Amino acid sequence: MAFVNLKNKEIQVKIVYYGPGRGGKTSNLEYVYKKFAKRINTEMVTVKTHGDRTLFFDFLPFDIGIVNGYDVKIQLYTVPGQVKYNATRRLVLRGVDGIVFVADAMAVRREKNILALKNLQENLATYKKSIFRIPFVIQYNKIDLKEQGIPLLPLKTLEKDLNSQLKLPSFVASAVLGTNVIETLKRIISMTVASIKKDLK
Amino acid sequence: MSYTLGQKQLDKIEDILKQDLIDNGVRCVFLIDMAGNIVANLDNGEKQHDIYSLAALAAGNFGAVSAMAKIIGENEFSLLFHKGKTENIHFNKITTEFLLITIFGNDISLGFLRLKVSESVEQLKAILEPLVSL
Repeated sequence: MAFVNLKNKEIQVKIVYYGPGRGGKTSNLEYVYKKFAKRINTEMVTVKTHGDRTLFFDFLPFDIGIVNGYDVKIQLYTVPGQVKYNATRRLVLRGVDGIVFVADAMAVRREKNILALKNLQENLATYKKSIFRIPFVIQYNKIDLKEQGIPLLPLKTLEKDLNSQLKLPSFVASAVLGTNVIETLKRIISMTVASIKKDLK
Repeated sequence: MSYTLGQKQLDKIEDILKQDLIDNGVRCVFLIDMAGNIVANLDNGEKQHDIYSLAALAAGNFGAVSAMAKIIGENEFSLLFHKGKTENIHFNKITTEFLLITIFGNDISLGFLRLKVSESVEQLKAILEPLVSL
């Protein structure tokens, strides 16, 4: 569970954006950072390769104020999506409190989404965490591409592929335009904070 | 893993860090867990760093270095040191779950810092080791 500092009355909450490579995890964080730049008083940290892909992780911390007398600090992380970076993904998942799975709605990425979700389940299991019990939200990203005539997976197919067993809250989104990005974030924060509150009692 | 530190333990940790490190000229010291959470942090009041980002990167960095250690057949590298022009940073593993990070200037020699850090680590171990459940 999250790190609770009883002395400073502070809770540090770790939320990880997971999903296949080039799915829009970093774009999600960039949009959040742009939107709330005034309220976030630190820089967004990103470790990228030359090709502008996330190598290590992106990191964005911010405060959401006082909950039950505790100062709640949310820390958003992304993982590198490429298959070969699994060691890094596992590292970032250490101590995770909530997960946003950013799926790529493009038709050609169908299999990649399914593999990434499976990979998440395996990596969580190494920390003895279950994909069915952790606060979790799914986002179907890139709906804006429809306008450009790029074939997308129908919502029904996405739900069937990724959410038929998990039955999680899901959002159709465009990280580039900002559609449902904040809604996704609000939902995962409220689910995660609720789960921590339960643990605190 | 999940762990709890009470007010008494945190006070004790801060006392150790203050007496051994801050009072000996270290600019900033923080104790983090491997998930990147900050357990305690102290500084001498000169400079404020973005410690949350530092902690996240430090935990990630340490994880990466541990993976490198395994590749060359080492179990772990228990300490790391990065040298800058005026600021230096030193990482020391305490247990499998905790890391001590110190930021210091050129007015302190590395040898002295390492001595002081290792003294603190021994004391911190006594508090932190019983916590590790996983």
